[in-house]
This record gives sequence, C-alpha cells and structure tokens, in this order.
Amino acid sequence: MPSSKTDILQGTLDLMVLQALDALGPMHGYGLALRIEQVCAEALRINQGTIYLCLVRLVQQGWVRASWGSSENNRRAKFYAITAAGRRHLADETANWARISGAIQRLLLLGPNS
Amino acid sequence: MLTRLRRLPARVRAIFVSRRLDDDFDEELAAHLAMAIDDLQNQGLPPEEARRIALLRLGSPASLGDRHRRERGLPVVEEIGRDVRYACRTLRRDSALTTFAVLIVGLGIGLAATVFSVVQALLLRPLPFERPDRLVWIANGDSENLSEQTAQVVNLLAMRGQSQALAGVEGYSPFYGVGDVHLTGDGGPERVTAVRVTEGFFDLLGVRPYAGRYFTADECVWNGPRVAVLSHAFWRSRFAADPNVVGRAIRLSGESATIVGVLPASFDFADTFTPGNPAEIFTPFPLSAETNRQGNMLALVGRLRPGADLAAASAEATLIGDRIQGAVGETVMNGRRNGFRPRIASLRAHVSGSYRDALLALVASVGFLVLLVCANLSNLLLSRSASRQREIAIRTALGASRPQLVRQVLVESFVLTGSGGACGLALAWIATDVLSRLTETGIPLLHDVRVDAITAGAAALAAVVTGLAVGLLPALRVSATAPNIVLQRSSRGALGGSRDRVRRAIVVVQVAVACVLLAGAGLLVRSLARLLDVDPGFAPRSVIAIRVDPGRTVARDRVPAYFDEIVQRVRAVPHVDAVGLSDALPLGNNFGWRRWSVAAAEHAQDRSRRQQPLIRVVDEGYIGAMRIPVRAGRAFTADDADPGEPVAIVNDTLARRLWPDGDAVGRAVVVSRVQRRVVGVVAGVRYFGLDRDADMELYLPMRQTRDHSVVDLVVRTTVDPDRAIPDVRAALAAAFPVLPTTRIRTMEQLVDRSVFGRRAATGLLAGFAGFGLLLAALGMYAVVSYAVSQRRQEFALRMALGASPSAIRASVLAQTIRLSFTGLAIGLPAAWLAARAARAMLFDVAPADPVTIVSVVAVLASVIVLAADIPSRRAARLDPVVALRAE
Repeated sequence: MPSSKTDILQGTLDLMVLQALDALGPMHGYGLALRIEQVCAEALRINQGTIYLCLVRLVQQGWVRASWGSSENNRRAKFYAITAAGRRHLADETANWARISGAIQRLLLLGPNS
Repeated sequence: MLTRLRRLPARVRAIFVSRRLDDDFDEELAAHLAMAIDDLQNQGLPPEEARRIALLRLGSPASLGDRHRRERGLPVVEEIGRDVRYACRTLRRDSALTTFAVLIVGLGIGLAATVFSVVQALLLRPLPFERPDRLVWIANGDSENLSEQTAQVVNLLAMRGQSQALAGVEGYSPFYGVGDVHLTGDGGPERVTAVRVTEGFFDLLGVRPYAGRYFTADECVWNGPRVAVLSHAFWRSRFAADPNVVGRAIRLSGESATIVGVLPASFDFADTFTPGNPAEIFTPFPLSAETNRQGNMLALVGRLRPGADLAAASAEATLIGDRIQGAVGETVMNGRRNGFRPRIASLRAHVSGSYRDALLALVASVGFLVLLVCANLSNLLLSRSASRQREIAIRTALGASRPQLVRQVLVESFVLTGSGGACGLALAWIATDVLSRLTETGIPLLHDVRVDAITAGAAALAAVVTGLAVGLLPALRVSATAPNIVLQRSSRGALGGSRDRVRRAIVVVQVAVACVLLAGAGLLVRSLARLLDVDPGFAPRSVIAIRVDPGRTVARDRVPAYFDEIVQRVRAVPHVDAVGLSDALPLGNNFGWRRWSVAAAEHAQDRSRRQQPLIRVVDEGYIGAMRIPVRAGRAFTADDADPGEPVAIVNDTLARRLWPDGDAVGRAVVVSRVQRRVVGVVAGVRYFGLDRDADMELYLPMRQTRDHSVVDLVVRTTVDPDRAIPDVRAALAAAFPVLPTTRIRTMEQLVDRSVFGRRAATGLLAGFAGFGLLLAALGMYAVVSYAVSQRRQEFALRMALGASPSAIRASVLAQTIRLSFTGLAIGLPAAWLAARAARAMLFDVAPADPVTIVSVVAVLASVIVLAADIPSRRAARLDPVVALRAE
C-alpha cells in the first residue's frame, strides 16, 4: 500500500514533528517549520507549508492535539501538542528506527573480507 | 493500513465540515505568513521583500489548500460527490428523460420487490416456529383436501409410540366451523371460532405463550375443566389487550370457561394452518376414548428427532401405516380402528407449497419485466450518449481522463436507477401493506408480507446492477472515441453502425419479452374468464349466507322449531325472495367434507359397489333458494319429515355411479342402515372450488336427520344483497338476541374468495404485460427516432432525387416491421415453452391457444408499428432543402 519514497519521507517528517513537540512542548506551525529546518534543511525542501499537511495527518491519527492560542508577540495561532498516544507512537517508532538502523549498520560493516 | 483506518472516521467527518476546515486552514496560513513577515522584517528586510520571501518559503496558499483538502478528506468520495451533483444538474436539464427513466425503473423495481416480498413470506422466510425446518405435516392418504387428511386418536398415539424419527406428534382438529362458538358476557354476543388442539401442540411448534400458559394434562381429559387460550389478535380486539385477562371467566356456547393463556403476536394460527378462516380461541382436544370414537378428527403435525431426516421419517411412516392397516377394524380405546396411511411432508411444503408454481411464474415474469426496463433504459442512455458526444469530446480535450469520463457516465446511470430504486421501494412498501391487510383470500402467510431488510437489500442490489448494466455500454462508448475525430466531423456521421446493431438487438429482445408477458397474461385472462364462466351448480348472485345454528343455546328438541321460526321470520323481510338451510355451504368452510358410505338398495350387500358421496343436510327451501337445477324428480318439501317416508336426493354424478344404466328417481338407497327413496336428481355443485369438478353428493332432508352441526341460512334477495343484509340482521336480532349476526357474507364474496389467488395472479401478470408492451413500444419509438435523425441527409438526398415521402415512410416502417417480426419469432416459441411449464395455472386453455396467439401478435404488432409510425412520418415530412443545407 505505501507508495515507497513519498511515504518514507512522510513517515520521517511525521516522526520529526512528533519528536520536536515531545522535546519542546506545544508549538505553532511556523515555529515547528523553523525548528525542522534547523534540524534538517532537507525535510522541508519543497516548502514550509508541507508541515501543515503532516500536522493534519497527525491530528487525524490522534497523536497530536491542536488548539487556537496566542503567540509570543500576541498573534492568534494554532498550537499543536503531542498526546499520550503520540508519545507511545514516538517511542515505538524510535525503537523501530534504532533497530533497523542498527541492523543496516551491522550489515554495511560486514565487509567482503570478513 | 491500520493507521489509514485510524484516520478514516476523521476523514469522513472532514467531508461534512469542509467549509469550516477551509476557513481554519486559511487563518492558520495567514498567521504563519504574518509571523514569517515579522521575523524577516526584524532581520531588516523591507516589508514588500519580506512578504515575497515568506510566501516563497511557505508555498502557494491555493495549492496548499488543495493538498490540505485532499489530505484531510477522502478525495475519491468528494469527486464522486461532485459527479453526483453534476449528474443531477444535467439530468434535471433533461427532465423528460429523467422522469421517464425514474418512473420505469421505479415501477420495475417496485413490482419486483413486491413479488419478492410475497415469495419471501410464502416460500423463503422460516415459519414463525422454533426450528421450523424440523416440523412435518403428517397427512393420512393422498387427498389434497385437508379434511380428508385427518387421522384418528389411536393412530396419532400409534405414530407417537412407534416412530423413531419423530420426537413428537401433536394435532389440531380442523373440523371447526367459522363462528362455531358463541361467546357471551363481556359485551354483545359474538360468534367466535374455536380450534381444539392437543395438549402439546403449541409446545411442539415451539411457540411460547405471550401470557399465561397452555393446557395441562388434567385439562386434556374428556369433560375436563373448561379452559381457553386466546389468539393475540382476539385478545386485543375483544379484551382490549387486557394484561390481566389470564384467569378471567368467559362463557363459550353457554358454558363457563377460564382463560389460561394468550398466544404471541408472532403466531397467527389461521395464517399458517387455515388461511382465510380466523381462529380466535383454542381449547383442549383430549386424546380419550370418546374422541377416538369420533373417528378421523385430527390433523397431525410432528417434529423430527435431531439427526432424522424427512426421507427416513417418510419410510418409517409407511411401515407404521402398513402395520396399522393389518389392525383396521380392531377395537381399541373403545372404538373401531380406522385405516391410516401416513404421508410425511415438510410443514412448509404443506402450508405454501401449492403456491410455489404460481409464484415462480410471477417471479419469472417480473424478471422479464426488469430485463425490459434495463433494455429500455440502456437504449435511452445510448441515444443520450450519442447526442452528448461533442460535450464529452470537449471535456476530453480539456483534460478529462478516460476513467473520469466512464465514472461520470456510470454515476449518471446510478443516479437514475438509484432514484428509481427508491421510488420502487416506496411503491413496494405501499403494495405489500395493502396485500398484508387483505382478508378472506385463502392464501397462507399473507399477513407476513412486508418489505423486510432482505427485500430492501435485494432492491438496492437490483438498482445497482441495473445501473451498471444500463450504464456500462454508454460509458464504454463514451470514452472509446478519440476527441479529435468527433470534433473534426459534423454532428452526424458514419459512427452509427455497430451502435445501431446493438440498439436493434435490444429492440428485438424487448419485443420478444413483451410477447412472452403478453401471451402469459392472455392465457391467464382466458383461464380466469373460462373459470368464471363455469357453472358452479348454483346461482351465486343475490344470495347472502348467515351462520344460524344455535349451538347449545337452544335445547335439542327445540332446534327444529327454532329453525322453522328463523326461516319464517327471514322470509317475511322485504326483498327476500327465497330462504333455505344447509349444513354445507358451497365454497364455504363448514362440514362439506363429510362422506358417508351409500349403496343402491339392490346392491346393499356388495361392499365393492358402495359409494362415498359427500353428505349435505338441507331443508326444503335450500335447493330452490340456491337455484340448484333439478334434473329429474323433485326437490324436498316440508312433508319430507319425521315421521314420514325416508327420502334422499342425489346429484347426477352419484346417480350415474349408483345406477349407470337407468333412472335414479324412485330407486332406493341405503344410507347409514336406513333405506331411503330417491325423489330427485340435481346438478352437481362445485363445492371445493370452481376449478374442481363436482363430486358425488347426497342430500338428506333436515327434518329427517339431526346429524348436522353447522347450519347456514341462505337468503335469495330481489335487490342488491348488501341492501337486504341490514333488514335480515334486524329480523334475526329481534327474534334471537343471543344469535350473533356479525358475520354475514354474500355467496359472491365466497366465489370471489375461491378465485382470489388466480384473479390476483392474473391481474398482476396483465399489469406486467401492459407495462412490458409500453416499454417495447417506447423502445421501438426511440430506436426509429434515432435512426431517422441519423439518416436525415440520406432521406433528403433520396427525396431530392425523386423518392416520394410515402416511399421514405414505407422504408422506415419496413425496418420496424422486420424488427418486430424477429422479436415475435423469438417471443412466440418462448411464450409457448413458458406456458407449457406453467400449465398448472391454466384452466381449460391450451398453452398454444390460437385465440391468445392471434391477439398477442395483433396487439403487439399494431402497438409497435404505431409507435414507429410517429418518427417515420417525421422522416416523410422532411424538407430536403433544409436538411441538406444544415450540413
């Protein structure tokens, strides 16, 4: 079902957003976009708006909660916060990543002469 | 996959709050932009430049909005929704076609759903019992007459004791008359119908009492405590659904009885076992020596033991029957043992099996009808798609993909058949409601006819399948042509070839199917007409019938005087022409089944020459009042009384059997050890149905035998019987206040009831056929119209070259006639095969009845040619100059 590349990219972005929300607490979309660009300029290469599509997915999956609030300089903005289910999902996925990347690392380390 | 499913509810919800989510998203993007511009300005950029860069980084809000909508909702659903809206708009523009299409689909599906509901109730839905598939009907012998399938108490017990395959055998006594019992006290006197059942009857069926209980063993003994169980409907109507009815005392035919229970609403005894005759009260039938001596009194129902099947039970029953046959005549339980030849069938087959053929014929017809509807609609949509070719081509050129176009066309046909299906369900709902309220039809389980979930589901499925069937052809065609070809060429063209072949084939099928339906309807109409023409042996017009036997309200020795007074009083009522009494009303439901052994006096000792005629006990007025033709001798007179010479009247069938070589009048017969002189020979009366030949009948004068129980008064009136009923009722009520006169029927009602099923089937099929004829005519009209419009240039050219308008018209008509005759050539043999298969439904008409065939051909051909003539006239009126210029 997943259409390879885009889905993997989507999954990565989802994970990064969850991670950011978990680490930094509730944020608005603009803040999240800045944060992600900071960490990994590639992820939002196309444009910042992509973050909102990702947020729609996460909210619909129940991993993130959205509510309107005001920003640091008193602008009305939508704030996103990670939910308990989101934390569980993040933990699962992190473990998954660790396992897969560990496995791949080991695989790559097996040289032809070992 | 799982995460996709998790989002499904939210995505579905998003479709419905789309506007709010859009606003929300716009606002969020605006906030994002504002914050980004703030930051950029703080970095020292001028406002215009900051705005430009912020927008660049964010992406186009319009495209983001679009992606957002697709991400949060279900794009496919939304697109289909758009297609549906578009389809509704275009269909509304084409309102004539839409109305017509919805109407024919609605009628087709409505009729199909109605027929299916009836099939569902009569043949498919389980009977309202526990494990109804395990219930069996145990007939005695092969007669199809219920009253002759009954068994004696000892034989029920033998069946119970000896059968390994049956877990239980119970019975009810079918020998109750409608309104046998007088219910008094608690409101006006009323004749109610009481049925006697054995102790475990309801338990065997697995019917739980709605209130109270059924009978106990000590209530099921001869002269035991009088108890009664009420039917649910009767409990509601007579006792106003009184929750405390159990334990209440009522008076049944003058005796006090206690109500012990109420049956559940789900179980309508009459609907299952005795359609057309209500059953209101149930009383115990004791399995005692006394009831054993009464002879074959019980209709038997059994339940198969787990693991046993019908075949095993049948084989075993035959063995038991053979064993009993050897013991016939022995004295058991104080009585002579009667013969018993048990025949086992499933209860379902007994209840409604006889309707199977007729229902299957109806199902087949309605199936044909739906086929016709499909053909017609498909045809309509094909011509529509032809006229929309340019629109489609433009859309293709503008970038619509092939799947999108196919979907659009399919959605359109689904919208049509879907709305048609909804109309059809509404129609079926009304029709089944009417059917289920019919009474006195004689058809079992009719009250159970309703549009249930299965029927609704089947109708929905039919709508979808129809939509697919009629939409697929135009859909595929729509997308098959490259747009540049269509757009380059003018609106008419050479494209018609294969399309026309399909359309012509559809018309041929339509004509053939209409022909089958018409022929079937024609044969049934002729059968019904023949049947109604049958002389029933009496004149049913202007006769009313009223139950008048006094039950136990009149002392036995006063009964003759009571009857005399009734006859006198009613005879004095204005507009009353003649009055008579009988214990066996033709086409009624009383004791007309009773057969006695009768012999000509000269052969009284020869058992093989005995006959078993039906016995009718009548007064001196009956034969005259019913206008039963007297073939020889005379009818009874008041002098045929006791004391007096014992006399009898035979019908001509019995006369021929007893004295094949000569006159019956004046001969002597021995009936129940009494020698009687035959004073008259009368015509046979079709007692059990107009389609059954009259059986042997022997009439005895009521003044010479008291051996009768149910007595009906027949009154011939000189005016419309409905006008005389109130006066007759008033006269009876004045003289006998306790005599319930609520049920008064006319003989014509009884005749109607006896042919109800046939009339209903005939009416339905005639309706189907009319509808089918209309569809075939419309189909032909559409095809010819289309062909004419496609061939305008050709006709114009021919006319310009000198062809006369009438020659053009003739060439169009010739094509029509060719198509109709191809249709007829297929339809007539098919109709003959269908009629042969359903021969059981015909009465006195051959499957290849020439009158029917000729009329079918005449009607079909003329209607179709008429339908085709309208467009062919249009072709003939063509102005060649205008048509050629239009190019």
